Amino acid sequence: MLEVRNLSKSFGGLKAVTDATLDVAEGSIVGLLGPNGAGKTTCFTMIAGFTKPDEGSVRFKGQDITGLAPHRICALGMIRTFQIVQPFAGLTVQENIAVGAYLHHHNRHEAMSVARDVGKRLGMGGMLDRPASSLTIAGRKRLELARALATGAKLLLLDEVMAGLIPSEISEIVGIIRQIRDEGHTFLMIEHVMQAVMSLAETAYVLNQGKMIAHGPPRELVRDPSVVEAYLGHGAATRLQEAHHA
Amino acid sequence: MKSQSIGQIALAAAAVAYLIGVYFASSPVWMGFTINALVIAVIAMSWNITGGFGGLSSFGHAALFGTGAYASAVLQVNYGVSAWIGFAAGILAGAAMGAFIGALAFRYGLRGSYFALVTLAFAEVLRICASSFAFTGGGSGLQLKLAPGLANLQFADRTVVYTALLVVVAAVMALTALIKYSRFGAYLIAVRENEDAARALGIDTYRIKVQAMAISGAFGGLAGVLYLQLWLFIDSTVVYGSGISIEALIGPIIGGAGTVWGPLLGTLGLHLLGEGAKHLLPNAPGLNFVLYAVVLICALRFLPQGLVGLAGKIGASKKKKESGDA
Repeated sequence: MLEVRNLSKSFGGLKAVTDATLDVAEGSIVGLLGPNGAGKTTCFTMIAGFTKPDEGSVRFKGQDITGLAPHRICALGMIRTFQIVQPFAGLTVQENIAVGAYLHHHNRHEAMSVARDVGKRLGMGGMLDRPASSLTIAGRKRLELARALATGAKLLLLDEVMAGLIPSEISEIVGIIRQIRDEGHTFLMIEHVMQAVMSLAETAYVLNQGKMIAHGPPRELVRDPSVVEAYLGHGAATRLQEAHHA
Repeated sequence: MKSQSIGQIALAAAAVAYLIGVYFASSPVWMGFTINALVIAVIAMSWNITGGFGGLSSFGHAALFGTGAYASAVLQVNYGVSAWIGFAAGILAGAAMGAFIGALAFRYGLRGSYFALVTLAFAEVLRICASSFAFTGGGSGLQLKLAPGLANLQFADRTVVYTALLVVVAAVMALTALIKYSRFGAYLIAVRENEDAARALGIDTYRIKVQAMAISGAFGGLAGVLYLQLWLFIDSTVVYGSGISIEALIGPIIGGAGTVWGPLLGTLGLHLLGEGAKHLLPNAPGLNFVLYAVVLICALRFLPQGLVGLAGKIGASKKKKESGDA
């Protein structure tokens, strides 16, 4: 569904992303992992059209979308969410979701009813009339997801939807994401919460210092020495293994 | 807005009562004063579209007001075109000017105070141009021929003028309400609240902002034409002057930016306050402007949502509880 080939981006002298390649198959949940500053979010902004890549290409449903404006990409059915949640503070929860729904439903009545349905599906039925600014972090994360879903997008790029949530909230969101996937959506998600990645993602890519260093099923990745060293420093893998054997 | 609070309804009712009361006051001074305030209320509603809903704070709405007034005046005075055509041309010219300023400013990603400065610069450049060219009457301005009659959109009877203005104000407010509850309005508010999130949700933010400027320009041009038909005389220092730009933004901010009633309430309130000050202290000309400034500062500090926001808190607590329990 999504094919990213040799994506590169530099900011001045800093190579944020070099030669990143990844694939997302329809109906799958793919993780994008990596330590802070690895270039995950930069990857997302390039895929979703917020920044133009220096090199490389992005294909969505077989169509080349490299460098297309975000609103065009969204209309094609791919949408990103933000790591720092961005609700429209002056609007109610339902109106927030409706902003997403307006993409394919021009009439207010229709958009609002789509928004209500999406909100209810994500367990936000009781807070539809509340101002978005009154939501807790968990609520805002859900709202971010609901707004994205309401656009009718099929591929959702989630940027750390679990960050800042307590374990019980995480397991709720994990359930919701699984449910949405079963309804026919595809996910590419940046995530630090390993509990979530392990239980959701079939495959994951690991980015470190702008380069893809590994990809495969998450359970294998956590044992991959290069991945361990990306997080814990050079030599950590062997030390861990020694400790394990001792 | 679905759940209007008692306070907001009371506030709107008070404004309507005042506007109807003017008919019975049989005071030409009072009516003349209110007529003035209504023309300013229209430019305030123009500002409210971009500044209130879109968060695009212009400091040069005189550019739209003046362009509307001049377009109509030039056509009527130099080319003998009918006042009705001039009326339509003024609105179109305002819209075109708005779209032009918007297209230029947003093309280069100007926001916040940079956008405010560019709009101010546009108004000033237009003011200087209008006072330099011969076809705009140069420094002496343009004067319409006095010829009362429906065909010329001039009315000798103040009550007729007042009624016509009330109809126009009601129409602009109805359009504002339509915009607020449309897809376009939701997109505009989304742009105000968070442009990046708006783009991610499939909104062509550039287009929305330029469209908002065009609509605001149409309202602004309309206000300019109303001013022209009322005074039959315009010159660049007035219609392109910063006084208009300031009046355009101060009313909505005090009344409640991004609301349907805010611009009208703010403008009426301010003008009443200014007029009251003039009567209390007749020997202090310009005192109303000092008062405006004080009220503006207080509004910015204590009433982020203006009078409408303040009124919204009155009688709304019960409603909130109900929806909270649901």
